[in-house]
Amino acid sequence: MRLLPSGSTALLVELDALDDVLALYAALAAEPPVGVVDVVPAARTVLLVTDPARTTLAAVADAVRRTTPRPDARADGDSVSLPVHYDGADLAEAADLLSMSIEQLVQRHTEAEWTVAFCGFSPGFGYLAQPGAGWEVPRRSTPRTKVPPGSVALAGEFSGVYPRESPGGWQLIGRTDVAVFDLDRDPAALLRPGNRVRFEVA
Amino acid sequence: MRTLTVLATGPLTTVQDEGRPGQAALGIGRSGVCDRASAALANRLVGNPADAAVLEVTFGGLAVRAGADLLVVTTGARCPGAPHAAPTVLRSGAELRLGAPAGGLRSYLAVRGGIAVPPVLGSRATDVLAGLGPPVVAAGDVLPVGPPTAPPAGVDLAPVADPPAGAVTVAVLPGPRADWFGAAGWSGLVGRPWTVSSDSNRVGVRLDGVPLDRLRSGELPSEGMVRGALQVPPAGTPVLFLADHPVTGGYPVIGYVVDADVDRCAQLRPGQELRFRAR
Repeated sequence: MRLLPSGSTALLVELDALDDVLALYAALAAEPPVGVVDVVPAARTVLLVTDPARTTLAAVADAVRRTTPRPDARADGDSVSLPVHYDGADLAEAADLLSMSIEQLVQRHTEAEWTVAFCGFSPGFGYLAQPGAGWEVPRRSTPRTKVPPGSVALAGEFSGVYPRESPGGWQLIGRTDVAVFDLDRDPAALLRPGNRVRFEVA
Repeated sequence: MRTLTVLATGPLTTVQDEGRPGQAALGIGRSGVCDRASAALANRLVGNPADAAVLEVTFGGLAVRAGADLLVVTTGARCPGAPHAAPTVLRSGAELRLGAPAGGLRSYLAVRGGIAVPPVLGSRATDVLAGLGPPVVAAGDVLPVGPPTAPPAGVDLAPVADPPAGAVTVAVLPGPRADWFGAAGWSGLVGRPWTVSSDSNRVGVRLDGVPLDRLRSGELPSEGMVRGALQVPPAGTPVLFLADHPVTGGYPVIGYVVDADVDRCAQLRPGQELRFRAR
């Protein structure tokens, strides 16, 4: 664990692996240090954003060092099921890239549980991981200017669902009718860090 | 009716408040006013709580008509025709027209009672990057104004300096990826002047100048950042992130403008010179 400077109001904690991020984030989100207003997990880091009127970076650094990561936290996350129509424009290409058949891709995508590792890119976009599963899918060389909402996609070690129409470079393998981000629902974001997700064939 | 009817908006007018802290883990950025000190002053002068929504006016051009007697004030970039730092009653039916500011970029119009459009996820801030919050203000909008909650400040005029029109120097601290650029990169950042590019917006101030060279290649896994970050895309010229910055970014952050100086950066206009001083 390395603590890196991020300006006068934030601190970036760098970790070796996504699993370590999940474990530290789970502990910090459950009991945020005093004066921390945002805890932002990402692929290898956790950012702590402070209110400088309520704490100092030194105090937050101490609190992070004293925090015991919770590697067991994944089992406690809320569980979400997403029915998917596996008919994405890049389904065949993604299967080729993974050296498997379309049927094998769908089976692997649906049979094991995914975990929301972190969010980003746009509100409610979750980066879903299956640590150790060996997904490694290159992005499209030319991103699409318009990806339809509900598109289920793969890139790198992650799977994700586009919350709304947006540009995007991930490989589209299917679509879900479930709105992963809905301002008329509380909570608006269905996919929150630590949640467990299972994709099902619709 | 306690309303403001919008007659014209200038290049960009948005409703803003203190934003949406605490939701970054869901991919929802904080957003909010770009120049926090100016907006806070405007709210204080009309007796609003700190979290009241104001109008953020980019390069003047806003025109509104009052639907009732309303106490109003502007702060930030001083626009001709504005009750600048001097709370004034805009009579029912009267119009307020902001000209183009001589210095600075963003003006804040506060109305006693606050702009009372419906909040989205706990805030009335318009996040132009995420497309979240109230729609961008348009001519013809009738903006509701809330009820007053506290007495006004009782100040006739707040003596604050106008945003400077010339070169601006702000303090920077090394960022998490300063080592990607080495000592030469840091010297380039703090030793040379930068010019504000015309494609700057609420997301960030894009800077033109001598590109900074990376010492290492490869990709950085996306990581969280806050306003004030100086992110360096492959072209080598930094982007200084403002209120609507992305929650995470995949380009290295060489440094951070100290938080107290970021508000001044929100007043920089295209062509203006910016210098960084190491702290």
